[in-house]
Amino acid sequence: MAQHDDGVATPGGDPVPEAQNTAAGSAIQKAVPYEVSPGTAVVRTDNIPNPGFPPHRERQTDLDPKKDKRAERQVTSLFYLSIVGSVFAVAAYIAFPIIPGDMGSVRLNTLLLGLGITLGLLGIGIGAVHWAKQLMRGDELVESRHGTRGSDTTRARAVEIFTLGNQESGFGRRSLIRNSLIGALVLTPIPAVALFRDLAPAEDPVPLLQHTMWKKGTRLTRDPSGTPIKAEDVTIGSAFHVIPEGLNDEEDRLEEKAKAAVLLMRLKPEDLNVSAGKETWNYDGIVAYSKICTHVGCPVALYEQQTHHLLCPCHQSQFDMKHEAKVIFGPAKRPLPQLPITVDSEGYLVARSDFHEPVGPSFWEREL
Amino acid sequence: MTTTDTRTETTAVAPSRGARFTGAAANYIDERTSISGLVKEVGRKIFPDHWSFMLGEVALYSFVVILLSGTFLTFFFHASMTPMEYQGSYLPLKGIEMSSAMSSTLDISFDIRGGLLMRQVHHWAALLFVASIGLHMLRVFFTGAYRKPREINWAIGFVLFILALAEGFTGYSLPDDLLSGNGLRIIDGLIKGLPIVGTWISYLLFGGEFPGTDIVSRLFTLHILLLPAILVAALGVHLLLLIINKHTQFAGPGKTNDNVVGSPIMPVFAAKAGGFFFIVFGVITLIAATVTINPIWTYGPYDPSPVSAGTQPDWYIGFADGALRLVPSGWEFMLGNFTVSMNIIAPVLVLGLFIVVVLIYPFIEAWITGDKREHHIADRPRNAPTRTAIGAAGVTFYAVLWAAASSDLIGTHFHVGIEDVIRTLQVLLILGPIIAFVVTKRICLGLMKKDREIALHGFESGRIVRLPGGEYIEVHEQLSEYERWKLTSFTEYTPLMIRPNAKGKISAAQRVRAGLSSWFFEDRISPVSGTDIERSHDSGH
Ligand code: FES
Repeated sequence: MAQHDDGVATPGGDPVPEAQNTAAGSAIQKAVPYEVSPGTAVVRTDNIPNPGFPPHRERQTDLDPKKDKRAERQVTSLFYLSIVGSVFAVAAYIAFPIIPGDMGSVRLNTLLLGLGITLGLLGIGIGAVHWAKQLMRGDELVESRHGTRGSDTTRARAVEIFTLGNQESGFGRRSLIRNSLIGALVLTPIPAVALFRDLAPAEDPVPLLQHTMWKKGTRLTRDPSGTPIKAEDVTIGSAFHVIPEGLNDEEDRLEEKAKAAVLLMRLKPEDLNVSAGKETWNYDGIVAYSKICTHVGCPVALYEQQTHHLLCPCHQSQFDMKHEAKVIFGPAKRPLPQLPITVDSEGYLVARSDFHEPVGPSFWEREL
Repeated sequence: MTTTDTRTETTAVAPSRGARFTGAAANYIDERTSISGLVKEVGRKIFPDHWSFMLGEVALYSFVVILLSGTFLTFFFHASMTPMEYQGSYLPLKGIEMSSAMSSTLDISFDIRGGLLMRQVHHWAALLFVASIGLHMLRVFFTGAYRKPREINWAIGFVLFILALAEGFTGYSLPDDLLSGNGLRIIDGLIKGLPIVGTWISYLLFGGEFPGTDIVSRLFTLHILLLPAILVAALGVHLLLLIINKHTQFAGPGKTNDNVVGSPIMPVFAAKAGGFFFIVFGVITLIAATVTINPIWTYGPYDPSPVSAGTQPDWYIGFADGALRLVPSGWEFMLGNFTVSMNIIAPVLVLGLFIVVVLIYPFIEAWITGDKREHHIADRPRNAPTRTAIGAAGVTFYAVLWAAASSDLIGTHFHVGIEDVIRTLQVLLILGPIIAFVVTKRICLGLMKKDREIALHGFESGRIVRLPGGEYIEVHEQLSEYERWKLTSFTEYTPLMIRPNAKGKISAAQRVRAGLSSWFFEDRISPVSGTDIERSHDSGH
């Protein structure tokens, strides 16, 4: 049996007064004396009446004082357990310090400290819930709802206040003042927007994106050691992760690397399908391509030797190295830009020039 | 049997010292704050009980855990990308150059007692936070708890969800490890793909070219100041509206649209909810103590060149990652001299549209039904077949995108080509929601039919008796009126009839509304009415 918390006692099992003939979804008629449209809802007059609250079922702890006592003991024990946990956590903090270099000690510290805190928390949590469920007054209570809408007098007063505000300030009447204020307010944030310009340097980003560190004669070196690569080191089927010589000494190493990273591999010259004008870009079957995916810029790192396919691990774009890295699958559109290479007098691989197009993800002004 | 509700037992005994002190303290505070009014207003507010109502609580409590553990972390974390040589006690990375952010994260993990625990508490709590918000939203959706007067609170909750995602992503990026750096790389590429403004937004956000030296400290400010401030404010409004609107409840005997049945805040609900906070906190701590999450030391510091296959973002980013993966080849095109990255714009638009629909759904449904009444009884999902079907379609759509984020793992796990996985998921993205819609709607209607049967004729008892005439019948056991009420109390809607307006015209909006309305409510099963019951009794024996 449920009871009204406002002190209204209701006969057990009988319908509560407002429950009569009030099906779910019906309008609130009691609290707010106004009707709203039910829309396309079907409003019936022959609804089954709400049967009212079922009789309250006593809990074990209500019926049996022994069970009540036992629940009380359980709750108390849980709270004590929590105390033990908290004390244990502090003890573990002291007794199991981290020994520098010893991963095991880190793990042990984390585990024991964590278990202590867990016990401290769960003891309180489970204890409190158990208390509430078993020992606190268990029957359901009822509270009336009232329409969310304010009462008519309240609303009338609110309207009146706004009207007074308008009259007394002349906000509606003095349109000159009002409009100029609105204009001023619209413009005040503009300086704040302008202030953000210096989030980035003064330069235009587009030229920066169009160039990389590679220049005519820059040696291709291994990533990350920076040692140069001889053409004969590049055997068929092997792939090298390459950075330009001197990259590691650059001030903006990561920014340069994010554009200049290159993947180098050797294919049989007859396997290469070279388009017109790019005949000199490979050196004896050795080709160098930007490693930065033309989709959204992940490093394209997975090379399948048999198929000569390059796979981007981020969204599975695949590039065919036999056809100048053209896209054969996946969301990327453009082939990976090729870095024209040759060898210098000592037999080291060098760039013939920078890339001939921007590397990495597409951007609006890319072709400008 | 009538019981009078005697809430206070008056005793003539002189108050004890403790009681006198409490009284004096309460008086002190009340004379300065008039807080007794607040206690009177909310102290005995009633909260209905149902397991699904706890999902929002989980979200709230994990947020508190995030605040607590996060505050601890800020005391040790250096949000700076200044390069330095790592000299902490994790040997494999000793001497490696990395940002101060990464180095201090390693210090938290390996040189500060309990630091790793707190990092993992923070991370696990964040995952739970987003997950519980998602489930809470599903609960609200499938029970129609967003209907008037709670549409605004749905929108606020939606904002909270977006903020949670933003918090998750910004936090994930802070350690500046290889994985998070790669995530930022993707964000950079994504932003650059936006037409006209993309290049500049990326440039300003990263303080120059990617990755720059600013992004971690900027995200840090967002992560610990701006986003939490908005989140706390929105959360406050969310809870305030919850108090004002009072909680919904499921239909049940004695429960009506005009009452709330449950436990009062003081003491039962407070004890349950407070205890539940400790349970949530405790469980998070238990997981954090035993399960490693985000072991940045195995990834190493960010470097734009290496990447490992099979690495996964945090689960809640998955759907966006999956959307990027499902775009077919060749969608980028040129518009004059400008590059239009449709392979990026399209998924952004689709996801944008998806979340906008989620945001405005309550308003659409309200427009279709035209129902202006307040609704405080939560629907059983089956009793709103079309809505439930729409929800199932949405969940399927999300699930396919989410699965797509693991397309490579699916491929290697089931030994199928990645191409086949992607193609299958592309088809599923379109077909899946449609199938889910149809099937769910059928199931709902079937269940409603069954409910109606049971409400009218009772359920099959499994007992067969032979009638005097020789025929066998199965005895039907009638429901108690309490059980029957649960099955019969729901609102039924009919399709909208188009009527010309005052000018004798039928507006286009009216046509759309009628179309949607018939799509929504054409197939329906009416709740059992009193007349139905009488009729069934007459025809029965
Ligand atoms: S970044 Fe390479 S496929 Fe997306």
